[in-house]
Amino acid sequence: MPNDMLAVFTILGMALVTYLTRAGGLWLMGFVTPSPRVEAWLRQIPGAVLVAIVAPTVLASSIAETLASVIAVLVAWRTKNVLVAMIAGVAMVWILRHLL
Amino acid sequence: MEKVNSIENATAGGKDRAITFTLVGALLGARRTIPVAIGVFAVGLVFGVLARQAHLTMLESFLMSGLVFAGASQFVALSLWVTVPLPVIAIILTTLVVNLRHLLMGASLRPWFSRLSPLKAYASVFFMVDESWAMSMSDFGAGGCDMAFLPGSGVILFVAWVSSTIIGHTLGSSIQDPAQWGLDFAFTAVFLALLTGMWKGKSDLLLWVVAAIGAVAAAHWLPGKWYILLGGLAGSITGALTHAK
Repeated sequence: MPNDMLAVFTILGMALVTYLTRAGGLWLMGFVTPSPRVEAWLRQIPGAVLVAIVAPTVLASSIAETLASVIAVLVAWRTKNVLVAMIAGVAMVWILRHLL
Repeated sequence: MEKVNSIENATAGGKDRAITFTLVGALLGARRTIPVAIGVFAVGLVFGVLARQAHLTMLESFLMSGLVFAGASQFVALSLWVTVPLPVIAIILTTLVVNLRHLLMGASLRPWFSRLSPLKAYASVFFMVDESWAMSMSDFGAGGCDMAFLPGSGVILFVAWVSSTIIGHTLGSSIQDPAQWGLDFAFTAVFLALLTGMWKGKSDLLLWVVAAIGAVAAAHWLPGKWYILLGGLAGSITGALTHAK
């Protein structure tokens, strides 16, 4: 196969496996009998996954990210506004990276 | 009206709630996601630049962003896009591994999406990326019951991602690294803000700590995005054990 055909083929393969991961969780849960414990597990996934996404950046990158994270949480908690918290966090990390 | 809903449904966990799937819900999802889409646009510019440097054509870059639509795995694929012939199997398998975290995210949609028609549910999940999923779970958790919020939120990210890929590929290396402006931190700040709204009290503390420790340890020892799947599993299982009464 010529390399440009191979590239398109590779992209189609990436697209297929990625869609399968998106549909797979929803589909597989159809085979699980709902129970209070399973429902409790599903309810805890969003918080747990979000914590897992941010934890390495917040806790284990540099002091600038850690301090900017504290600011973003405080601003989100006070204003209840995601956009304001995002701007505060980005501004803070930008300033701290230049200072530290 | 919205406030009454969120109080009534705070303990229902989505189970007894009437759900809808309307254009109004999709537009709400899109509107709420505009700030995040700006961050996605900035990252997409970088992807377009790197894709061009990796000798992907404009069409190939466009196809990858439009069909795969998963930033982290696309960047990883570019890093493998260096040998001739292409390591096809390695790239596809790596993409699968990087995106396995979607399984956990999709599972969490089940209580709501099981009541949509299969067409709506399985078309909507194409637009499930970290950011649209997080915005949607935050909305559903606060009493939102229009499932079109997810595809609405995802479509605006999709438009931002695909258009910025094309622009980045066109402009090439004249684009600066968004990290210079702190823009790489935008997603962390958004996820932290959503988390702040999800905090239910001290009963969440243990599962958050377990998720955080699991993720930091996994990020240290394992490549790619395993840390999201492993930290999320560790935390949510801990939560299931401590919350199921």
